[in-house]
Amino acid sequence: MIAKASSVALVGMDGHPVDVEVAVASGLPVFTIVGLPDPSIQEARERVRSAITASRETWPMQRVTVNLSPAHLRKTGSAFDLAMALGVLVATGTIEQRRLEGLCLLGELSLDGTVRGVRGVLPATVAAAGEGARAVVVPRVNAREAALVSAVEVLPVEHLTQAVGFLRGTVRVDPYDGPVASAEEISADDDLSDVRGQAQAKRALEVAAAGGHNLLMVGSPGAGKTMLARRLAGILPPMSEAEAFEVTRIYSVAGLLPSDRPLVTRRPFRAPHHSGSMTGLIGGGSGVPHPGEASLAHRGVLFLDEFAEFRREALDALRQPLEDGCVTIVRSRWAVTYPARFQLIAASNPCACGHRDDGRKPCVCSSVRRSSYMERLEGPVIDRIDLQVPVARLSKEDLFGVPEGDSTAIVAERVAEARARQRARLRNSPATCNAELPPKNLEEAIGLQPRGRAIIEQAVEKHALSARGAHRILRVARTVADLEGRDVVTHEHVGEALQFRVAEARE
Amino acid sequence: MTTTHTMGSTARVLAPGDPGWPPLLTEAAHQRPVERLWVIGRDPASLGPCVAIVGARNCTMYGITFAKRLASDLARLGVCVVSGLARGIDAAAHEGALRAGGTTIAVLAGGVDKPYPMASRRLYEEISAHGAIISEKPPGESARKHHFPIRNQIIAALSWSVVVVQGELKGEGKRSGSLYTANAAADFGRTIFGVPGDVNSIVSEGPHQLIRDGADICTSAEDVLDDLEHRLGYRLGVIAEDSPLPEGLEPDERAVMEAVSRSPARAEQLAAAAGIDLVRAMRVLSGLELEGCVAREGGGVFRRAR
Repeated sequence: MIAKASSVALVGMDGHPVDVEVAVASGLPVFTIVGLPDPSIQEARERVRSAITASRETWPMQRVTVNLSPAHLRKTGSAFDLAMALGVLVATGTIEQRRLEGLCLLGELSLDGTVRGVRGVLPATVAAAGEGARAVVVPRVNAREAALVSAVEVLPVEHLTQAVGFLRGTVRVDPYDGPVASAEEISADDDLSDVRGQAQAKRALEVAAAGGHNLLMVGSPGAGKTMLARRLAGILPPMSEAEAFEVTRIYSVAGLLPSDRPLVTRRPFRAPHHSGSMTGLIGGGSGVPHPGEASLAHRGVLFLDEFAEFRREALDALRQPLEDGCVTIVRSRWAVTYPARFQLIAASNPCACGHRDDGRKPCVCSSVRRSSYMERLEGPVIDRIDLQVPVARLSKEDLFGVPEGDSTAIVAERVAEARARQRARLRNSPATCNAELPPKNLEEAIGLQPRGRAIIEQAVEKHALSARGAHRILRVARTVADLEGRDVVTHEHVGEALQFRVAEARE
Repeated sequence: MTTTHTMGSTARVLAPGDPGWPPLLTEAAHQRPVERLWVIGRDPASLGPCVAIVGARNCTMYGITFAKRLASDLARLGVCVVSGLARGIDAAAHEGALRAGGTTIAVLAGGVDKPYPMASRRLYEEISAHGAIISEKPPGESARKHHFPIRNQIIAALSWSVVVVQGELKGEGKRSGSLYTANAAADFGRTIFGVPGDVNSIVSEGPHQLIRDGADICTSAEDVLDDLEHRLGYRLGVIAEDSPLPEGLEPDERAVMEAVSRSPARAEQLAAAAGIDLVRAMRVLSGLELEGCVAREGGGVFRRAR
């Protein structure tokens, strides 16, 4: 007899329905899996056989063949274990085939029959719901995650015997109706007001958040660049439900969702180390490519500390996400696209030893070393950065009597208002924030006043700005005006934006 | 007089007794005889009374700013600034003198046709046009480690006084080049000045030790000038005050200009000093920067442009 069970294969962010067909026929008792399985699926044979035996069911002393269809799709991972085991039991006639109708089965089996959690349950459930499944059977640890999809019933199981009993009608499995997700509070230990001094850097963060601009911080080690960067996520507007769902899907695929808090509601903050591989930053790896840090930072903040130390190829690969908001990884058989729309904060020392312009310790770099260090900053990533701010290292004495700045909550409110103004102004444009404003007709689009225009022209002359440099300044000026609630961009706004100008190639 | 053509510039040799020979070298000859000097540019004797401004290559912004300012102020009164073309304080001293339209002498450790370090190439060209590049070594010779102390003796011997702006105080037996210059100057009976700095800064330890040992303190060009006029026996002039603030400044602009005139600082420090908020200060600073009243340097530090 031939049995048929449903499951889902993941390719990147998307789930593809897979039919698990099981044939039990006379012949030598071998167990084969066909249908483009990768080695990790071949290993399922031992798990499935052992789990069935451990559940006191009988393993057929016949030839067992599993086919995963469609056959052109490469399958990977362990989520088909449950579907295969139940398929075998249907094929041997111990479970009725009709019981599997409308069910999607996800889960890994351990040798003793326990159903283990798997990655990507959320996108798999979305795909199952799209195929018209009535319910999904999932490992108990993934139940909350699956329950984010309200269109299907979620049946959590812990052991193969439970699933078998349920399909025979002897065991009740209650659909999951526990809490789905609780909104997290922004943790109080990352408040903006904790950073003393650094008023200019904090203002830069506010402007960056308000206009979606990427930011470069330059300062000596220990100046507090990381501490500042951490606080950007908090002043960004909270994620919409749709955004939270997108981010959660990525984390589900990456297997990074905590089982007790499956919905990612806080904007991610990712800080990959500069020694990491390009694969780690962009995504990839053997088999189905994994999402990289750029995707894990989707809708959040990607912080590249020691920016100049990152490998050239890794930085060049960031060009696509910075431009398109996604990462495409091409393999011989398929291409996978992961969303990667993040806000970038790059931080750099002013020179290789880190003490240039420090005022306290002398810089020991030769001028050749200095300029080669600055050259390393050049490239496609810097071209996408609108704001640059110096971060000075402050001593206790410098902070004496410095007033505490605004808290995260207050700044976030101003940012939200500025964003709302942008949305209203850009409702007929493909851009969603000032950072995305195209260079064409930029001066008109931002409402630049004649005196503002005079200032920018003067600055182009005096500071030898490139056209791109001037555009960055105008975009930032637009955001400054939005923060002030103004419809037009005046010379004052351009003046402030000039202080955040990104250093262009030096003499 | 022999001349040799190298790298497009003409290096010529001077011997004691030639009209261009620096008078103070003659005076110090019994202690430190110099047989000949190779020169590119103008005759050293024609450049005015010399003051050496020296210091560490690895210095801080404070040191650079001070050295430039001191060199400008002295050069404007016709003093020739002598230094060693090294990066850091030396380069700042040459730079300051040139910016003020004054004269300066760079004493090289190797041949005069070899700009060393290469990074000072542009400065080297400018000095050969407006001042003099001199060396005891013949053209073609590369600077070797042991040439530098010998070069430093020449710097000291050429000058009426030596100002040490910054320099680390190294252990016994190892001493920084600028402190070596100061010691040589003491042997020749020159006046030595130390520039006080931050007590926490290791590069100010050198000048602080000099002051402790009896060097004079230098906080402005006036200190150097008083001593120099006394030695020369005639007046050079009066140090120019900062040019007055431009007319027609708005109150916030005036407040920021006054703050930046007191000391170079970052935008947020200037905002605090001027009693205005940071955003306003940044906007004002941009305007002043475009007008050429202030200049922004590394680390976001503003100083008054003069």
